[in-house]
Amino acid sequence: MSLDRDDVRKIAFLARIKIEDAELEPLADELNSIIGWVEQLGEVNTDGVQPMTSVAEMLTPQRPDQVTDGNVTQKVLANAPDRVKDFYAVPKVLD
Amino acid sequence: MAYLIESDSGTWEVVIGLEVHAQVSSRAKLFSGSPTDFGAEPNTQVSLVDAAMPGMLPVINEICVEQAVRTGLGLNAQINLHSVFERKNYFYADLPQGYQISQYQYPIVGEGTVVLDMPDGTTREIGIERLHMEQDAGKSMHDQDPKRSFIDLNRAGVCLMEIVSKPDLRSPEEAGIYVRKLRSIMRYLGSCDGNMEQGSLRADVNVSVRLQGATDYRTRAEIKNVNSVRFIMQAIEVEAARQVDVWESGDEVVQETRLFDPNRSETRSMRAKEFAHDYRYFPDPDLLPLDLDQTYVDKIAANLPELPDAKKDRFIVDYGLSAYDAGVLVADKETALFFEEAAEGRNAKLAVNWLTTNLFGALNAAGKEITESPISATHLGGLLDLLADGTISSRIAKDVFEEMFETSKDPAAIIEEKGLKQITDTGAIEAAVDAAIISNPEQADQVRDGNDKAIGWFVGQVMKATQGKANPQAVNELLQTRLKG
Amino acid sequence: MGKLNDLTLAEARDGLAAGDFSAAELTEDCITAMEAARNLNAFITETPEIARKRAATSDARRARGEALGALDGIPIAVKDLFCTTGTLTSAASHILDGFTPTYESTVSQNLINAGAVMLGKTNLDEFAMGSANITSYYGNVKNPWVGPNGEDLVPGGSSGGSVTAVAANICPGSIGTDTGGSIRQPASLCGVVGMKPTYGRCSRWGTVAFASSLDQAGPFARTVRDNALMLEGMAGHDPKDSTSAPIDVPNFEAAIGGDLKGLTVGIPEEYTLDGMPEEIQALWDQGAAWMREVGAEIKPVSLPHTKYALPAYYIVAPAEASSNLARYDGVRYGLRVEGATLDEMYENTRGSGFGAEVRRRVMIGTYVLSAGYYDAYYVKAQQVRTIILNEFNTVFEDVDVLLTPTAPNAAFPIGAKMDDPVAMYLNDVFTVPANMAGLPGISVPAGLDKSGLPLGLQVVAKPFDEETMFRAADALERAANFTAKPRYLGGQ
Ligand SMILES: [Mg+2]
Ligand SMILES: [Zn+2]
Repeated sequence: MSLDRDDVRKIAFLARIKIEDAELEPLADELNSIIGWVEQLGEVNTDGVQPMTSVAEMLTPQRPDQVTDGNVTQKVLANAPDRVKDFYAVPKVLD
Repeated sequence: MAYLIESDSGTWEVVIGLEVHAQVSSRAKLFSGSPTDFGAEPNTQVSLVDAAMPGMLPVINEICVEQAVRTGLGLNAQINLHSVFERKNYFYADLPQGYQISQYQYPIVGEGTVVLDMPDGTTREIGIERLHMEQDAGKSMHDQDPKRSFIDLNRAGVCLMEIVSKPDLRSPEEAGIYVRKLRSIMRYLGSCDGNMEQGSLRADVNVSVRLQGATDYRTRAEIKNVNSVRFIMQAIEVEAARQVDVWESGDEVVQETRLFDPNRSETRSMRAKEFAHDYRYFPDPDLLPLDLDQTYVDKIAANLPELPDAKKDRFIVDYGLSAYDAGVLVADKETALFFEEAAEGRNAKLAVNWLTTNLFGALNAAGKEITESPISATHLGGLLDLLADGTISSRIAKDVFEEMFETSKDPAAIIEEKGLKQITDTGAIEAAVDAAIISNPEQADQVRDGNDKAIGWFVGQVMKATQGKANPQAVNELLQTRLKG
Repeated sequence: MGKLNDLTLAEARDGLAAGDFSAAELTEDCITAMEAARNLNAFITETPEIARKRAATSDARRARGEALGALDGIPIAVKDLFCTTGTLTSAASHILDGFTPTYESTVSQNLINAGAVMLGKTNLDEFAMGSANITSYYGNVKNPWVGPNGEDLVPGGSSGGSVTAVAANICPGSIGTDTGGSIRQPASLCGVVGMKPTYGRCSRWGTVAFASSLDQAGPFARTVRDNALMLEGMAGHDPKDSTSAPIDVPNFEAAIGGDLKGLTVGIPEEYTLDGMPEEIQALWDQGAAWMREVGAEIKPVSLPHTKYALPAYYIVAPAEASSNLARYDGVRYGLRVEGATLDEMYENTRGSGFGAEVRRRVMIGTYVLSAGYYDAYYVKAQQVRTIILNEFNTVFEDVDVLLTPTAPNAAFPIGAKMDDPVAMYLNDVFTVPANMAGLPGISVPAGLDKSGLPLGLQVVAKPFDEETMFRAADALERAANFTAKPRYLGGQ
């Protein structure tokens, strides 16, 4: 599998990272060299092997249904680059 | 019953599958300790976790797991002892993490069934594909500023159950009944309050059409986030019609997400927004797989309340109700409870009539729910008792009922106060009957000549004279003896 | 008295307890050392006011006879990946410009609770992605050791600032994070002791996430004993982290000081790499010999899938990172670069907020999770991970710890290995397997290469058996008797 400029452009949009046109080609080369290298995993026989979900051998802890948080509006908004009253503000979203 | 669309090329049927998003009833959010109350000030029900601050981590709320299991059991569904939370990755202003924690490959609940009670008294089984748990997103407001949208994260992280049906529904009506039935089951279980105005229940509606008799499915469109039963039904109607037109004109329906606009009664493509979606699901490494044991599930199963289907069967057997009446009564948990309290040890059919005709009518006119009824179940039962033992006539009962609805008073007290007690004292009735005969000799003769209609007229006169308090049965008998005996 | 910042943590503890000096005096010397070392660029943010305040609090506590444990009054440096209340937390990224947390990470809070004194927030590779501390938005960190021709060297990474603070005697201990070797590899390159605990031993709450299933916080110190004392202050169960192990923290210091009788040390044959410098192989053999001399049984073992750990890591870690870094979108904190639409704002913000290496990894991660590639890459890598874990489990039925080199090379000049990302990734070839399997590992300085640069040996232990790991590392440390000093401290 080898990525071309269009693939890189598509991936960049999925990741919402602006990439200048001139960067597409060199970036494709870099990504291809990494992908080419990781593809050595193809040598490993993984038939019937469970993919790992976590190394932690324990049960999911569950917490009781209690309100222990919230009501920290100013803490939550303290670092907002743009806010109006107690809302975060973003460029207008058109549905 | 069948919902069919006729066109030049033939008769079309509609195939519908629903993804219902139901908000789990819980005090705190799925992965944080923030409250879930509706209608709070913006960004007050938000923790650092909900706002996806760097380094924040999810910890699951045990009640949400329990509610999902309980709901799964209520849908007669497979409970999966092993389930996995995965991240659904996409960027949106009201999705602070940049991903929604949801369940994908391994949902907590697998296949189940929901039984629909059709208006003709028949039932229909609809398959449930799965139920999974996920986080709700926040809310974007687009109408407050010309250039910006405002974001409120109060809802972000609230626990939802996504209940996915099989494509078993065949008409807008069935879809409506299905959603109402789901809501009913969840209200019985206490797992979701089903409040559509507050967004506790929303549906994504998958619609396709096919020529009658076909067995394969054609391309479907998904209508996102429809938030009332009425709109769900309307959306299906207009979307099915649109798709038939598309196929008719020789085009193809495309698989896409659409939006229902109730004002224009049309669905609109949201394709622009869908561009290049690729959710890149993978197991959330911040959470371990959710592993339950069978005894935990069994314990929840053992403590389930009686659900609408079982209650309906019992009402039919125990109270001798028709399937239709029983279906109406059990649809709402509070109604069923009210009915049982009012009907216990009494004439059940009479109770149904008073409940469905009189009380529902009055509540409807007053815009009230059964839980807000000014007449308690005990008082309605009392009224039925007073009717049964002849204290009042059914005509008087109607007046007493109105007074009860006005004042919430005990019917016995109302009768006492207003002197509405039926006259059972024969002497008093005899006097009234005799007075009526004496003052209307002509009519008396007609009766004597064999005109039975005139007896009815006399009964009316006597009832009028006693302000309806005389027992009409006794009046009738007396008139017969006096005039014909 | 000499400069107090030169003391080891245990020496400083004992001096404080004996009343030889105050925490304020100790802290003042460390602040002076920090300011004098600015050309190393180890710190992104210096917090002398916080340090002085905490030192004074510590002294007051001690005066009341309420001194806490070993860390009370001890100055430490904190990797700028741990969120700290009221202090810029940057992850060395432009995208977190100005981000000032309103909360404290559990690990740094544990250290505050133990009485430790924060000197400042240390430099790192952006979002902990790197092995040389050359991807920081705040510039590279210089290794206190210099090359044979006096050239500046990398300190390793990603915890380059934290390792340098300890290696340059700015403070006796510091904390870092290790996702694929980011504590052990720099410890090896700078001649100090660095360890990564078992996954789940330290809470991840409040630490900027890189790859959630691999990230672990851990300490740097100049001795194994100091390292054990630091870990004791950091570790502990945290109900706010679902992957935090509900296990008590042992007295790690008590585990050290003895010989290695009864201990079996495994030597995994697959850790011999083609083209690895001879000195590293020789040092590794020497390490085994030292351990045998103090009673350990040495046993060759095989971990056949070792070579696949690194490529599997470079699928799993970027995949998790691509998702973990999605929250840096210009809406709630940090940098925002405006755009006409929401998507443009995202693209502009993330395009200029992330540096080249982060962009590269986020894009690799996005790609390997995307439709059509998920099974071939991500699932495959997680299957390989299962195999690697199983191999470790099997080997640990026969041995107590493993001994390996920490890194395949000594520190290299700043600017080297820049053109080929894969060559840079190979730095972590010996450290990554322990992350993939969640095992504890420690790097102990054991010798010098032919240019006089430090080399470390790594001890890897069973899950939650840090005690045995410390015990073996301590014996190794005493045998190696590493006393060389970096040029910065007048050595070399
Ligand atoms: Mg859906
Ligand atoms: Zn959903």
